[in-house]
Amino acid sequence: MKGAEILIDGLIKEGVDTIFGYPGGVMIPVFDVLYSTKEIKFILTRHEQGATHAADGYARSTGKTGVVFVTSGPGATNTITGIATAKMDSVPIVVVTGQVSTKSIGTDAFQETDMSGLTRSICKHNYLVNHVRDLPRVIKEAFYIANSGRPGPVSIDLPVDVVNDSLPDYKYPETIDLPGYKPVVKGHINQIKKLAEAIKNAEKPLLYTGGGIISSSAHNNLLQFISKTNIPVITTLMGLGSIPYDHPRFVGMPGMHGVAAANYALTECDLLISVGARFDDRITGPAGSFAKQAKIAHVDIDPAEIGKVVKTDIPVVGDANYVLEKLTEMVDNSEYVEWNSRMSELKMEYPLHYDQKAHEYILPQYAIDMVNKFTTDDAIIVTDVGQHQMWCAQFIKYKQPRCFLSSGGLGTMGYGLPAAMGAQVANPDRRVVAITGDGGIQMNIQELATCAINNIPVKVVVINNSYLGMVRQWQDLFWDGKFSQTCLKKTPDCPDHCKGPNGNCPNRYWPNLEKVAEANGVKGFRVESVHDLEKTFSAAFAHKGPALIEVMVDKLTNVFPMIPSGKKNNEILFGDEK
Amino acid sequence: MSKKHTIIATVTNRVGILARVTGLLAQRGYNIESAIAAPTEDPDIYKITLVVKGTEDQMEQVTKQLNKLIDVIKVIDISHENNYIVREYIIMKVNINRKNRSEVLELMNVFSARPLDVDNNTLTMELSARARKIDRLIALMKPFGINEYVRSGEFAMTEDPRRSS
Ligand SMILES: Cc1ncc(C[n+]2csc(CCOP(=O)(O)OP(=O)(O)O)c2C)c(N)n1
Ligand SMILES: [Mg+2]
Repeated sequence: MKGAEILIDGLIKEGVDTIFGYPGGVMIPVFDVLYSTKEIKFILTRHEQGATHAADGYARSTGKTGVVFVTSGPGATNTITGIATAKMDSVPIVVVTGQVSTKSIGTDAFQETDMSGLTRSICKHNYLVNHVRDLPRVIKEAFYIANSGRPGPVSIDLPVDVVNDSLPDYKYPETIDLPGYKPVVKGHINQIKKLAEAIKNAEKPLLYTGGGIISSSAHNNLLQFISKTNIPVITTLMGLGSIPYDHPRFVGMPGMHGVAAANYALTECDLLISVGARFDDRITGPAGSFAKQAKIAHVDIDPAEIGKVVKTDIPVVGDANYVLEKLTEMVDNSEYVEWNSRMSELKMEYPLHYDQKAHEYILPQYAIDMVNKFTTDDAIIVTDVGQHQMWCAQFIKYKQPRCFLSSGGLGTMGYGLPAAMGAQVANPDRRVVAITGDGGIQMNIQELATCAINNIPVKVVVINNSYLGMVRQWQDLFWDGKFSQTCLKKTPDCPDHCKGPNGNCPNRYWPNLEKVAEANGVKGFRVESVHDLEKTFSAAFAHKGPALIEVMVDKLTNVFPMIPSGKKNNEILFGDEK
Repeated sequence: MSKKHTIIATVTNRVGILARVTGLLAQRGYNIESAIAAPTEDPDIYKITLVVKGTEDQMEQVTKQLNKLIDVIKVIDISHENNYIVREYIIMKVNINRKNRSEVLELMNVFSARPLDVDNNTLTMELSARARKIDRLIALMKPFGINEYVRSGEFAMTEDPRRSS
């Protein structure tokens, strides 16, 4: 069997049903095999970054491993941002890149790049396959590594001669022999006991859950644990959906743009139980100030996460699902009446709110809230990066795991549309909505055509504030309102020093997204008035195929609450100070 | 407190493993004082001995992160263990003249350093010892004028018989 055939056969054996990608010289032999492969659907994206994010969206929405095929050189380097995005958020994808022949490697051959060197620090593992006899093992290992333990991206660099070579006695391996890779899944029972003991002794315990709950499918066990113990929960951006937004014990998302109640809970709790979260600096604030009153327990499948940022009193290395199940068996029923009423009090005192009636222009929060009206519990909401992302985290009514996809760790603008496309391909019968910014949409806008051509009916909601809003917000709050290079309407005729929208602002701006959508075969809408918003959504969501709604929103709305960078969890700005 | 740690990584002999190990340390902001990669009695297994400077907390991170590498089978920080034989090797060329040659030889004798080559102006020696002893030999030779030296970096082995694992 030829290397190219082995590759496809291996993928089929791994249960791959979809590949996202883009061809090129050294990959022609592989695409030649795909030409007559019925088992696998290939989505030809319009850019390799789009393919990588699409595979990521496919993976996040299903838990299955996403697969990317691209050519060497520029095709390979175009996947870098997508691989790094997947790494930061622990998403299982396998990226197969073509490579020049083994004889030419190292000679600066046409379209040669050292892919294993480039990806080394941004993937979970990578391979350069030097001989066709290694290929079956590499495929087997790659899929195992990507989607076991703490998931992550794996890159396979495939020289063209390896793809063309034949292996006479091909057999897909049934076992894996990786002496250096033994992900712990169970969790040490004595450590779990210690944690149970600490819970018994705590008066103000707080659960802090992250993406690990979702990747280990621990949401049911989490809910059971909570219903038995009544311990309040805060959840990171990556963990949103692991507990319904309206669950009585759910306090909210902590961190820079988290809800005040969740941040205050962090400062007040006496036992912090982190499960599958990694104490990102967007949550912890300055070292030493975080959850100072609390004993800290940390449950994580990755031992390297424990103690990395915050000193841990009770480390538990293990799979969240397993640990929560055992823990639930060990703990007693509890109520924490006083502590929970404190949580309710905080939630009442600091609700998230916006007041559309007091504003002439559409508020971005209102536009995002409108998405809730047109979606059901199983809808998949995919965000881009920026202010709108934070408003999504605040106002989307997430109910289920794997329904809120967002680039958290890397914060990759341009993630939204292609990831939504990938999620829609994986879930053809569900509603998928990309909520993106006027900046972010332009970073992978070419995938509109991919959606149209392949009948991928994503709805794209562009929150157009005519600014790179999140950066403009920082300039507004901390840089004396000097909006340096954040206005997307700015022309050479504008004054050098502009401090915001005024009567002299140019009326025109590009691109006209409604027209861009239409030119790509996507139904385009544009809405400027509060009055028309719901009608427009109604039309866009009723449309059968993909649709894009450009919502012109208030330009200067900031995201609050906000903990400025470097401040403690209780040093919160609400936007009404001054 | 920041101090030197000797770390031994037992690794699978796969292409690029040294780059993975050293790249990881660089990526996480650690300085490597020395690194030796060499085969073992098992052709599939290599050992990489690293000397890295850092605090206890940092070393814990280093070992954990190294352990995460798929091709790394085992990592130990031998600074935490007593029963280890640690050695470093040096070849050093010292400037000499007729007057001080015997003094140099005498000092070498104290250290059990062996002469490798000698001519009218230089004497080349070798020594295998603990790093601290090598440091001292260098310090003592300095006044004579060190022409050149090369150190291997530390490597180590447990005194215990090998457990089958
Ligand atoms: C690829 C990339 N480049 C730059 C940034 C820095 N950045 C973070 S948010 C942001 C503004 C995003 O603007 P937009 O998409 O319009 O969203 P908004 O904040 O206005 O909602 C920028 C430039 C980034 N996160 N990613
Ligand atoms: Mg914007």
